[in-house]
Amino acid sequence: MIPTVPQSSALKWTYRAYVTLFFIYLALPLTVVCAFAFNNSVFPSLPWEGFTMKWFFGTEAPFIGVFHERSIVRAIGTSAFVAVWVAGLAVAVGTCNAFLFVRHDFRGKGLLYILMLLPLIIPGVILGISILVFASSVANTLEDATGLWFDGLRPGLILVILGQFSFITTFATLVISARLQKFDLSLEEAALNLGATKWGAVRQVTLPFLLPAIIGAGVVAVLMSFENFNTTLMLVGSDAPLTIIMFDKLKHGSTPVLNAVSLLLIVASAALGLLSLLFQKSK
Amino acid sequence: MVSDKSKLGFYLLLMPLLLWLVTLIILPHIGLFFVSISEKVGVREYETGFGNYAVFFNEPLYWRTFARTAFMSIFTTVLTLLLGFPIAYYIAKLTRGRAKTTLFLMCLIPFWVSELVRTFGWMILLRETGVLSSFLQYTGVIDGPVEFLYNDGAIMVGLVYTSILFMIVPLVTTLDSLDDSLIEAGYDLGGSGWSILREIVIPHAMPGIVSGCIVVFMLSLGNYLTPILLGGKDSLWFTGLIYTQFITRFNWELGSAFGFLLLGLSSTIVFLGLKLSRQSLSGTMGR
Repeated sequence: MIPTVPQSSALKWTYRAYVTLFFIYLALPLTVVCAFAFNNSVFPSLPWEGFTMKWFFGTEAPFIGVFHERSIVRAIGTSAFVAVWVAGLAVAVGTCNAFLFVRHDFRGKGLLYILMLLPLIIPGVILGISILVFASSVANTLEDATGLWFDGLRPGLILVILGQFSFITTFATLVISARLQKFDLSLEEAALNLGATKWGAVRQVTLPFLLPAIIGAGVVAVLMSFENFNTTLMLVGSDAPLTIIMFDKLKHGSTPVLNAVSLLLIVASAALGLLSLLFQKSK
Repeated sequence: MVSDKSKLGFYLLLMPLLLWLVTLIILPHIGLFFVSISEKVGVREYETGFGNYAVFFNEPLYWRTFARTAFMSIFTTVLTLLLGFPIAYYIAKLTRGRAKTTLFLMCLIPFWVSELVRTFGWMILLRETGVLSSFLQYTGVIDGPVEFLYNDGAIMVGLVYTSILFMIVPLVTTLDSLDDSLIEAGYDLGGSGWSILREIVIPHAMPGIVSGCIVVFMLSLGNYLTPILLGGKDSLWFTGLIYTQFITRFNWELGSAFGFLLLGLSSTIVFLGLKLSRQSLSGTMGR
């Protein structure tokens, strides 16, 4: 089963055929999504009516391209806004967590570590509803007590950001901790010997060492935030991110505009994903 | 090391973690539990009791959907493991260098793309006017258009597609760390392909198998998009019921009870999986 062990050729070819079939299965949906973005028809289905770029640049109904479809452009903006906040917060808290778990020993560390991992095994829908219920009961209590209106605690962008942050932070913590564990503490001690302050040593020696992981975690956070659906669905208000808008459109019958958006998403996420791999590999 | 200054630093590092866990994970779930045990008896009047849970057990539609979701998620997990293991083994053990990196990246790309886009792809392939139906008509296998969407088979295809990468990636990582010479030694000592798989490869890959199974099971159980879009309106998935109670019916009490039941089911299965395989949560998930 490994190259040095001889195998019958029939078995070898069956195995190869299976692997090939699997990769076709993997590529098929993404390929058709991309292909139909160029079909000159108002439905993303066969027959093929010829090649067109209208679904990207078209301005006249029914061929309104992505770049002229207001709701989609606005949703991309909303998603980007949410993603930047989520990534920023998750990386900041994740870095603190990494230092805490790698550098410090304290009572209850094991318990806190397990609590930190919990968001990985809580379904996204439940994270969403629990935050929704909690935020509204806090808002209700505050409003009853003060008579003021607390918009931030009602479904909307703030809750979407908090909801996504609540589980993406776990991923950021894991990525950054993994790199911090590889750090040689004697480098920091050397800096201290040369007269650096504790914080100065961390800032000038440790953080630059962590930077690839921090950027990598940030990119992964942006990707996860952009594509998150389950948690967002429960917390969304009037400004909907891209996945929610696309889901609504998909439920009510789709046009190749969605294929065009998907194509852009595929290209962008593949590029971002490769970028995060590069950052995590550079050592 | 334990000076006043480093103590201050420790508390400063502890703050964000506690703030995050308490306000976004712990308190919301406690709150969810309290809402799930309150019953509406009048306008803005509530009583504590397990009535919402009783509603769940007395209404066959609810618990049947629950059981169906659980069963199909387990089936997805098993199918994903059986389909993904040979692929992971191929990538980890039978390829080298650039071919290995390329195959691994090809697995990762769909994993980065939004789930919505992947599901959309399957809709284009499987719908009545879709690619598969047209292809089969063109080749003469079927006479008229056939609808492949909106059935349990379509849901399975979609769920496996969505989650198989979460199975393959941990499997590749654990199989990568298995020394080839152990397998060679197994053959030298007269082992057959099967016995080596059973006694060397699978025990070594166990942490990867467990973490893959947990993630796949969780993703399927908590999935909303795939069953709704590929299964059509009549296909019920438990997260869909939760959404209906919360957003459409505005019955948060019942919705919370449903949420808690789903959480209970997922934690129980994850706990059992960890116990049976003698793995720990921090060992499998916190790598």
